[in-house]
Amino acid sequence: MTTSVPVTTRKDWSSDQEVRWCPGCGDFSILAALQMLLPELGVRRETTVFLSGIGCAARFPYYMNTYGLHSIHGRAPAIATGLATTRPDLDVWVVTGDGDALSIGGNHLIHALRRNVRLTILMFNNQIYGLTKGQYSPTSEVAKVTKSTPFGSLDTPFNPVSLALGAEASFVARTHDMDRAHMQEIFRRAHEHKGAAFVEIYQNCNVFNDGAFEKITGREARASMLIPLRHGEPIRFGAEGERGVIQRRDGRLEIVDVADVGEDALLVHDETRADPSVAFALSRLARGPYEPTPIGVFRAVERPEYGEEMRRQIIEAQEQRGMGDLAALLRSGSSWVVD
Amino acid sequence: MTTGTRRTTDQLDDVVVRFAGGSGDGMQLTGDRFTTSSALVGNDLSTFPDFPAEIRAPAGTLAGVSAFQVHISDHDILTPGDAPNVLVAMNPAALRANVGVLPKGGTILVNVDAFDERSLAKAGYEANPLTDGSLSSFTVYEVPMTSLTQEVCKEAGIKPRDAERSKNFFALGLVSWLFTRPVEPTLAWIQRRFADRPQVAEANTRAFRAGYHFGETAELFESNYEVRPAAFEKGEYVQVSGNQAIAWGLITAARLAGLPLFLGSYPITPASDILHELSRRKEFGVWTLQAEDEIAGVGAALGAAFGGALGVTTTSGPGLDLKAETIGLAVNLELPLVIIDVQRGGPSTGLPTKTEQADLLQALYGRHGEAPVPVLAPSTPSQCFDIAIKAARLAIKYRTPVIVLSDGYLANGAEPWRLPDLTTLEPIDPGFATEPNHRADDGTAVFWPYLRDEVTLARPWAPPGVPGLEHRIGGLEKADGSGDVSYDPANHDRMVRLRAEKIAGIVREVPPVVVDDEGEAVLLVIGWGSTFGAIATAVQRARARGLRVARAHLDHLNPLPANLGDVLRRYPKVLVPEINLGQLSRLLRAEYLVDVQSLCRVQGVPFRASEIESAIVAILGAAQ
Repeated sequence: MTTSVPVTTRKDWSSDQEVRWCPGCGDFSILAALQMLLPELGVRRETTVFLSGIGCAARFPYYMNTYGLHSIHGRAPAIATGLATTRPDLDVWVVTGDGDALSIGGNHLIHALRRNVRLTILMFNNQIYGLTKGQYSPTSEVAKVTKSTPFGSLDTPFNPVSLALGAEASFVARTHDMDRAHMQEIFRRAHEHKGAAFVEIYQNCNVFNDGAFEKITGREARASMLIPLRHGEPIRFGAEGERGVIQRRDGRLEIVDVADVGEDALLVHDETRADPSVAFALSRLARGPYEPTPIGVFRAVERPEYGEEMRRQIIEAQEQRGMGDLAALLRSGSSWVVD
Repeated sequence: MTTGTRRTTDQLDDVVVRFAGGSGDGMQLTGDRFTTSSALVGNDLSTFPDFPAEIRAPAGTLAGVSAFQVHISDHDILTPGDAPNVLVAMNPAALRANVGVLPKGGTILVNVDAFDERSLAKAGYEANPLTDGSLSSFTVYEVPMTSLTQEVCKEAGIKPRDAERSKNFFALGLVSWLFTRPVEPTLAWIQRRFADRPQVAEANTRAFRAGYHFGETAELFESNYEVRPAAFEKGEYVQVSGNQAIAWGLITAARLAGLPLFLGSYPITPASDILHELSRRKEFGVWTLQAEDEIAGVGAALGAAFGGALGVTTTSGPGLDLKAETIGLAVNLELPLVIIDVQRGGPSTGLPTKTEQADLLQALYGRHGEAPVPVLAPSTPSQCFDIAIKAARLAIKYRTPVIVLSDGYLANGAEPWRLPDLTTLEPIDPGFATEPNHRADDGTAVFWPYLRDEVTLARPWAPPGVPGLEHRIGGLEKADGSGDVSYDPANHDRMVRLRAEKIAGIVREVPPVVVDDEGEAVLLVIGWGSTFGAIATAVQRARARGLRVARAHLDHLNPLPANLGDVLRRYPKVLVPEINLGQLSRLLRAEYLVDVQSLCRVQGVPFRASEIESAIVAILGAAQ
């Protein structure tokens, strides 16, 4: 029985719960972008699940009029793995933050990515702990002064895109909370991806880390500081496209003036490259959100999806051995009869 | 064992054989084969594998000794035996580590080839025990097992070094002759097991036959022995271990509920065999995930349960520590989840391959907040099957995590099991929500995920996929009924009590505790879990001495049976043997204000019936 997907609007996807993020939080624009996009994706509310861990971002499921599970700190990818593998009919979204995904839940994230579980993972990166009121996070810059690091933080931050690529992710992208259209384009791509899709969203925490991404996502800065990645196109940016990225003979990437090298010398973005090294190099182009930074899809490759493979093994076993026979199972060792 | 006339077969009621060797000597396999052929003869049996945590512990050292004890009998037995009658020692270390438990007059079969100076020194012997008279109170048979094995293999062109590995089959052959076990099942098994390694199959076959013939022809043994079939109830039997029975119970429960079975697990001794067994059974629609860690194992199981599967995780103590937070989440989400804890020696890494019962209070209380869960414990390997089904049944019916406390002894120990009639097992109704269950103020039909069943207090289970039932749940406190996030103080108090009341109400599913009392007993011995066999045997022996003693055993540790308080108060004295420092005792005292006495031993091995018997005697006096 196939029935057409009902026509919905943003309102249908919004729950009746009052949204309780701080006024001005970047999370609002991400929520809005997604609620507006979902009616366009041809999906149903009843087969959509939002799953989260702990943190400000993790409140997301309460605001979606879908099935939702607000779980415990860091564990959302693990819990989602059990759900998504056994229920291929569902669209499972994992909403997480930099602390949830990369600190307490780092292990689950990398394993969900390497297994290629069919999950759309949205990681809100605000480079701070918001819900616990302002401690540094695993993406905070070195020397960050916070309540827990009054003398400055010592730890080298993670680069989430590099990390995801290193964890064998088949889909890795980055977007930011100041550009709804870009977010929606990336969310749409991530949702279409077969397997685990990892999206880093630069998100402003206006209370504890205001302006962390201002240098690159501010309205005036964007053209010169964001490097849009478009599959099959030369990588260039700037108001007039006057700057670009080239790959040196030794493999290093470098930002150059297009006028100096000529258009043909620019690196053409290929998100489907099997070898993730160029994607990784792109993720290292900026040392932090104060230098020209690539956004868009870094990598989108096809790889067997975990749940589908698990299901295949079950079906093959049933084809070869027949549906399991309990009586035979209990006799799988030697049995004897007492008369 | 008695001495018979030469080359005759004598009858024995029962016998306990202990195979001991280095950890690479194949003692577990040897013991297992002996057990299987005894099962096929129709003996009652009980086994106790006892091995080090190291896969190949240093050869020849005491630390590396691996043993397998099996008790076979022509009557109903409940334990693997207090002490062996026959010890098979493959090297000096195996002798030294085990001779202490052998009673005077016991029989020792040694592989004399292994008693060279170096091996003796490694085992810490200053003089050769075979010649210094220290074994004079035993009957010792010195058999050159290694060289005889090499000899018979040489004829087939098998190099001595390769042949040496088959010496355990020589021992098995010899013991098979000594106890008149049939040879065909073992020969057939060797062919099957080593089908892809014909030379190994040949060597093992030759060694096994050589051992058997050695017993028959060498003028060493005056007689061999027969242990006749036990008088079993009619029916079909298999030999089953606790881990196997748990895996089969889970598969059966999923079938009874019509749900897919999802196991999220991380390898850990002694629970891994459940993961292995379930991973082989994909044709039953079993999903197994070897997770990245213990937390992910239980998390994935909970996620699968949210999606409408029977979610299960299996672990041992260290893993139960790690899963605590997720079990607490499951308490709050009120979703079905089965947690199997195969207990081992603790704390921390403790004694991974040894048995213990010290996770009881953790299972009951080891979570923050008021987070009660039902706790069940099987008492024998075969009962693991029933307990696994019961755990799943309670989890599904009451939408709650349920903890099953097995242990290393049950997990690896085996016994005959009369196969149940599967058609008599009651189906389990998942009772998924199908439609809205509440009218909002404006009259619209809505779904309230925390609207409870009036009797069971269980909330609806509404896996995603049903239009109109979209809802959000989570670890935050929920408003009674609607399930919305609520910080209201009175609501929290109500929800804490409702969750507790729901679990306490499961007492209606708990059969009253049955007391085995022949009348006028003045002492009740009560236990839980794997101490069942030792307690029951000890009580039998105490009665034979004329002591008035009763016995009861608990499968349900939470909720406890409704009649337990009355039962405890009926007896002037109560003794609780446990392989911990008195966890059930503490619970019984707290719940019922009964001054129970503890018998505690935490040595990583099961109780011997004689230890409990002595405690009974000490309490009641030698005779009444």
